[in-house]
Amino acid sequence: MLLLAGFVCGFIFGLGLLISGMTQPTKVLNFLDLFGAWDPSLAVVMVAALAVSGVGFAVVKQRAPLLAPRNQWPSRTDIDRPLLIGSALFGIGWGLVGLCPGPALENLATLSPRVIVFVSAMAAGMVLHDFWQIQRYAHAELATAGAADG
Amino acid sequence: MTTFTPLSAAIGGALIGLAAVLLMLLTGRLAGISGILGGLLSSSRDRAWRVAFILGLILAPVAGTLAGYPMSAPAMPASWVIVIAAALLVGFGTRLASGCTSGHGVCGIARLSTRSIVATVVFMSSAIVVVALTRHMLGG
Repeated sequence: MLLLAGFVCGFIFGLGLLISGMTQPTKVLNFLDLFGAWDPSLAVVMVAALAVSGVGFAVVKQRAPLLAPRNQWPSRTDIDRPLLIGSALFGIGWGLVGLCPGPALENLATLSPRVIVFVSAMAAGMVLHDFWQIQRYAHAELATAGAADG
Repeated sequence: MTTFTPLSAAIGGALIGLAAVLLMLLTGRLAGISGILGGLLSSSRDRAWRVAFILGLILAPVAGTLAGYPMSAPAMPASWVIVIAAALLVGFGTRLASGCTSGHGVCGIARLSTRSIVATVVFMSSAIVVVALTRHMLGG
């Protein structure tokens, strides 16, 4: 059941990205291009997604999930350097190509060689990060690294 | 050149929000794609639902194609160096920041998380600067 739930949620998420046009890097880059022919569509996507998830999260916040023992809400509230530097680096990559992780994965369906290379390098960047973290905290307690935001 | 598509953007956005709420309601997990993929790549034990989610994500356009709405290959930079460098930055950066457009930009802001609001402002700003530089300053 957990697998089916994951699949259905991924599928609905994918339909959302597809229908909104956010799988097209050009449309994303045209949103980020404030000094060109600006396409505000991404802002509408975010507002609509936030309206539904804001209300929905408030409703499901206190109840236990149906298929798992407990909700895993992110717990961190601090603004630290990794958050700022990581976000800045992510933004540079996003601005260069117009793909963030969701649309990048979804575009694998087109079997485009450039997308396959992009997703492979993106995964390599993630593994590189984990490897670097393990090296950094080799002698410290990994448990103190904290929970991820998602 | 793309045109402003408010209706499809609103419908698509609402579906993204719905998927995030459903995932939390059913599995108790946050729909952050970099977290889902990152957890799959690290030594995390609960890999199966992550694979299922990503499979659903990839099969959505396949269903669209079967329904008569084929997805065209995305426009990507000609330079392989830029493709690979950008992808490394996206992968490393989202893991360092513990989230991407979905985890921070949608789920985090929906929870009114200050961390996520700051992260979103930072990655949007740096992306806007990069696009301004590549499209208008460097003539790309």
